[in-house]
Amino acid sequence: MNIPSQIVTLLAGIILTLVSLWYGQNHHLLPIAASEVAPLVDSLFDTMMVIGTGIFLLVNGILIYSVIKFRRDPNDDTDGPPVHGNIPLEIVWTAIPAVIVLGLSIYSFDVYQAEGGQDPMDHSVAHHGKNHTQMAKMSGAAVAAPLIADSQGVDATPLMSEDLPPKQEAPALGTVSPKVGDSTKPTEFVVNAAGMQYAWLFTYPDTEVVAGELHVPINRNVLINISANDVIHAFWVPEFRLKQDAVPGRQTEVRFVANRLGEYPLICAELCGAYHGAMKTKIVVESQADFDTWLQTQIASAEVGLDRAIATTPATLTEVEYLAPYAKEIGVTAGVLQQLQPAAAKSVHAPSIS
Amino acid sequence: MTQAAQYQEKANLLAHGSEPENNWRQYFGFSTDHKVIGIQYLVTTFIFYLVGGVLATLVRTELATPESDFVSREVYNSLFTVHATVMIFLWIVPAATGGFGNYLVPLMIGARDMAFPRLNAIAFWIIPPAGILLMSSFLVGAPGSGWTSYPPLSLISGKAGEMIWILSVLMLGTSSILAAVNFIVTIVKMRIPGMGFNQMPLFCWAMLATSFLALVATPVLAGALILLSFDLIVGTNFFNPTGGGDPVVYQHMFWFYSHPAVYIMILPVFGMISEIVSVHSRKPIFGYKAIAYSSIAICGLGLIVWAHHMFTSGTPPWLRMFFMITSMIIAVPTGIKVFSWLATIWGGKLRLESPLLFAMGFISLFVIGGISGVMVASVPWDIHVHDTYFIVAHLHYVLFGGSVFGLYAAFYHWFPKITGKMLNDTWGKLHFALSYVGFNLAFMPMHKLGIEGMNRRIAEYDPKFAALNLLCTIGAYLLAVSTLPFLVNVCWSWAYGKPASDNPWGALTLEWMTTSPPPVENFEADPVLATGPYDYGMGSRATQVNVPFSDPHSPGLSAGPSSTLRAKADPVVAAMPSDRQGESNNR
Repeated sequence: MNIPSQIVTLLAGIILTLVSLWYGQNHHLLPIAASEVAPLVDSLFDTMMVIGTGIFLLVNGILIYSVIKFRRDPNDDTDGPPVHGNIPLEIVWTAIPAVIVLGLSIYSFDVYQAEGGQDPMDHSVAHHGKNHTQMAKMSGAAVAAPLIADSQGVDATPLMSEDLPPKQEAPALGTVSPKVGDSTKPTEFVVNAAGMQYAWLFTYPDTEVVAGELHVPINRNVLINISANDVIHAFWVPEFRLKQDAVPGRQTEVRFVANRLGEYPLICAELCGAYHGAMKTKIVVESQADFDTWLQTQIASAEVGLDRAIATTPATLTEVEYLAPYAKEIGVTAGVLQQLQPAAAKSVHAPSIS
Repeated sequence: MTQAAQYQEKANLLAHGSEPENNWRQYFGFSTDHKVIGIQYLVTTFIFYLVGGVLATLVRTELATPESDFVSREVYNSLFTVHATVMIFLWIVPAATGGFGNYLVPLMIGARDMAFPRLNAIAFWIIPPAGILLMSSFLVGAPGSGWTSYPPLSLISGKAGEMIWILSVLMLGTSSILAAVNFIVTIVKMRIPGMGFNQMPLFCWAMLATSFLALVATPVLAGALILLSFDLIVGTNFFNPTGGGDPVVYQHMFWFYSHPAVYIMILPVFGMISEIVSVHSRKPIFGYKAIAYSSIAICGLGLIVWAHHMFTSGTPPWLRMFFMITSMIIAVPTGIKVFSWLATIWGGKLRLESPLLFAMGFISLFVIGGISGVMVASVPWDIHVHDTYFIVAHLHYVLFGGSVFGLYAAFYHWFPKITGKMLNDTWGKLHFALSYVGFNLAFMPMHKLGIEGMNRRIAEYDPKFAALNLLCTIGAYLLAVSTLPFLVNVCWSWAYGKPASDNPWGALTLEWMTTSPPPVENFEADPVLATGPYDYGMGSRATQVNVPFSDPHSPGLSAGPSSTLRAKADPVVAAMPSDRQGESNNR
């Protein structure tokens, strides 16, 4: 049967498009989506998968077809046809990718906008009145204040907003306090997160509760103020599709609305030393009632824990003893929390290397 | 033998030299011959490639199981840090630019050596001590803060190892800068008469763009590393937040070099692929100028995309958007190259031997790295996958599936010229099959791992990722084994292989217009361009030329493009495609 080549090309194009469209929606690569922005990121990825699958099939299809069809006859020593270019074709394959990447840029910008990333007015004082006063109070070398504040080895003290390094906002476009998440909505719930080798410490400023795992109520606009005590860490919740580095000397923030009950891994994604792989905890998204109950237990056990902290000499704990619970991925409880103290003592020498 | 190749070879009969005497001692000394230096680079860097491969295998062995049970966590961090440093600074960059660049550029442009032969030798002899220095760091506690060496972590983990790392990378950077100066001067000033920029082989275009990038970007890395070493040993506070320094400034300076470094590693390979695809498809390269100028476009754009490595770090939103758009636009010139190669292959007469297999393997794997590259350029997606195995997969598709497959293609293609012996094609095909399967097995599953939540640079991981990681490790072992056929093939063929003719592939570029291996000064007489570098299939011209193509006594009277016989280039034999008006009427 002799089918005209245009028909064959058309059919191949249609099949390629259909396969790409199908695979872009059915790749099963993404984990559960548990925050409000996650579905937006996911559909962006699906779109890129459709385009990517199409390009992949096109390129590899041409290669495989060529290998089969254009093999040289071993006895044929002549050259192929002397085609050295085709301007309209070259314009097409320059223009189409250009349009695709510009489209993807615009789409990505849109998703980023919805995540609350790009807000030109966000660096204005109105949004950060409180931090503005901090900036007046802490200038110059005082940037290091939170780093040396722990020199007494009492790291389990709550990380209050005053202890956070200031947001470094330049007056114009050059804002350097990185943030991710929608800051246009009113903040309903604040947690201060401090990264240190090799744990996260979460402080609930209203109650001064300190915890090693992050509990947040569902469907609330949560703001996490992130700081780092020693080296760079990164706050990553794969199920939220959000990540923000914790940079020593400056405050960063993540905002999210968790909309699915459950426990999700909270991972340090920036290499922070030998036990980087063990630096993870969990984020628990629970109903307001469950959250309140948990908070009350924390307040109660914190008091007990503080007594025990005074009674023991945590400095004698070795690093391994300290880290054992993390390696086994046991959630950090108030009882374990006191063991964080040698880490704090350890972290103190980090900034003092100068 | 095709007609185009016959024309070119006939015109260059005089340029043929006699085979050089083989003196193995020169390969261990301070030779100023670019060919000796090229071989020195290739052999040295390949040894370091094997070292880096052993480190990679150790890393994958640790990751075969979720627990940290093979090496200590500190050693694990050193393994991946040194692995990356070796593969980038001691293998891909020096092998592609120093090795093949040195060997091929003077031959391709008809020069007798590089512009600054002694500088060239110095650039090479910096490499072995720097490499040995880096390896020696394992004696004092190797650097373990990643090849990025971000402060403050790099300032507090193992000072001796970190300092050795800085010194070693500074030396390798210096070597790279020296080589870059040499290439630019050589390519701009030393082409034979009649070879304008648009008659240069595309590999020379790629080397020009690469050298420019290396020259502009490498000093910034040197600056960053010198400041970092002050922080490390003198106690200054450039990047140390405790004293008011800013770790994010280091990241900017580091990536200002290290993103262009990706193009330093891939652009020369693009050039090699352009050569190989055209020769082995027996067709002119499709869209010469588009490929040549897209190298320049990549070079320019490559300098303004660095902050896409810092989307989750200290970058303000508007900066994230700027770098997202520039990073995505780089896909356009890269796409032009890929489509041009496909169009070159399309309808050709493919000689499906090892060089073309590796070149086609390069295209099929690099395109995956390119697609995931556009994905990670998108800020919202990068915020999710930054510092995960998705990035590990992406970078290996670009640097292994891309650069290393391209380098292998180049080894198979130019080995006959370099050694005068043919490589065994059956072993070559076995090598290709093992590498291709092993590579995809090792790195394809990493995409899924990263998306699902496995972060990179970790010695232990969530047991739910165990199955895919085991698959990756098996693939990595296969990849390690795949090197053996190549090693056996090279060693055996070099000693006992079938002697290669001067132009075994019937190519048109000038390196094939001399003996294999070439004599000390490359050509006995200046070579001439009777045809363009890619004029395959253009030999059959109806119009006969009355003057001989070459005249042994007075070359100026021959019909070459440097002929004094005519004021205007003959449209039939003109070397510049733009001068060939009416050529189709002649056919």
